[in-house]
Amino acid sequence: MSHHIIELKDVEYVYPDQTAALNGISCRILHGEAVALVGANGAGKSTLLSHLAGIFVPSKGTIRVGDYPVNKQTLPHVRRSVGMVFQNADDQLFMPTVFDDVAFGPLNLGLPPEEVEKRVMEALEIVGAASLIHRPPYKLSGGQKRAVSIATVLSMLPDVLIMDEPSAGLDPLARRKLINLLKSFKHTRIIATHDLDLALDVCERTIVLAEGKILADGPTVQIFNDESLLAKSSLEKPLRMQGFPT
Amino acid sequence: MNKIEHRWLELRHFDELAAQDSLIHQLHPGVKVVTTLLFIVMVASFSKYELVGLFPMFIYPAFLIGLGNIPVAILLKRVLLTLPFVLFIGIFNPFLDQATYAYIGSFAVSGGLISFISILLRFTLSVSATLLLVATTSMDAIGLALSKLRVPRIIVIQILFMYRYIYVLIEEVMKTIRAHSLRAPYRNGVGFKVWGSLVGLLLLRTLDRAQRIYQAMMCRGFDGQVRIMRSWKIRTGDIAFLVVWTVFFVLVRLVNIPHWLGRMLLGGFS
Repeated sequence: MSHHIIELKDVEYVYPDQTAALNGISCRILHGEAVALVGANGAGKSTLLSHLAGIFVPSKGTIRVGDYPVNKQTLPHVRRSVGMVFQNADDQLFMPTVFDDVAFGPLNLGLPPEEVEKRVMEALEIVGAASLIHRPPYKLSGGQKRAVSIATVLSMLPDVLIMDEPSAGLDPLARRKLINLLKSFKHTRIIATHDLDLALDVCERTIVLAEGKILADGPTVQIFNDESLLAKSSLEKPLRMQGFPT
Repeated sequence: MNKIEHRWLELRHFDELAAQDSLIHQLHPGVKVVTTLLFIVMVASFSKYELVGLFPMFIYPAFLIGLGNIPVAILLKRVLLTLPFVLFIGIFNPFLDQATYAYIGSFAVSGGLISFISILLRFTLSVSATLLLVATTSMDAIGLALSKLRVPRIIVIQILFMYRYIYVLIEEVMKTIRAHSLRAPYRNGVGFKVWGSLVGLLLLRTLDRAQRIYQAMMCRGFDGQVRIMRSWKIRTGDIAFLVVWTVFFVLVRLVNIPHWLGRMLLGGFS
């Protein structure tokens, strides 16, 4: 577990329609770190996350997740250790019941039925959704859907959690619960978000992206106090830092 | 709520029916698939002019409705939805086959009319049996049953994905039509000029969405193999279900029971 370092070296990515999305990204994320990925719309956050989960392959540069460079041969290993929670929970939940959805990953890992059942129960308990186990996912509320989609990933026991806009569309209470949940995790967490208060609560480190490049990388509090940097990257100081300079 | 949204909710309702836990739902999915197939083959194999002999076959769907806790109204609606297709298959029979087949009182009934009604009956029977299979068995269980029955994996996966992506498509259609109707309040339905771009947009959006779902599946280790948790063991009840219904179907096919019952009851008078 201790060697789960994520390393990107000069990663570039050009979409098939020639839009350059990533432009020489290099960074190193250590085991157990919680990193917020912030930046304007279209800065390349989601594209970067897709690279870490092995959905996209860089046009140039290399990515290493743990012991493996991300490429076609190592994809199964990478996907085993990296759990990705999608922006839209409806994309992530595709089975007829919550149980089937959470069991989907462990079953694909080829685990025996008892183990699968155990993992499903554990994952659902962690996110507080054990009572939803037999419900069809499309009937859940936004907060419940988010919780279940996190459980679908937890059940695979990943070392790294990647999340795209986890707090989008949640009511304040569900958002608070999510923040507490994310804080309780020991996994390496990489969270792309516009919710800077969430970033401040959960992540000690923040990476600011703009036009496919890393504009800044450092302690969250320091970055959110740098007003010129925030303005340059279409961001705004988190609400609770606005009145009380830290 | 527009019409499509309404239909959509009904379709989803069907999925929920399949998640119940009645006696029929607990049966082995393979047994249900085989029995349904057998039923349809038997129904189709009756002679062209058979009417009365088909009636006992209705016992099978009635049995499933009763024990499977399926609301009849929803089922009938679905059956009616497919009716137009069958109407066009048989609608010309009464004109093409005008030879008198029987008399009801002094009214001559043509063979075409009889065969037309027979087609409608068979259609009702087979479609309701199929719908009942879907309403009492989840799609992934049917997929599992089909793969156990040695149906090629690629076909099984096609069926499962089609079922999943129909939902995706309908959701996108619903959103698009809703957005359209909000901005075109005085129009009833979508004009043909708008249709072109609407359908194009829909295709692109659905492709995008399908892509994302596929990525979500890949991220959780999907490798083309469908694995589901429940492993059904064949129990005595399952065997009994299959055997009893097979015997019943064959019996109904070989012996015209209503005719025989009638003879028995009226035998003394004729």
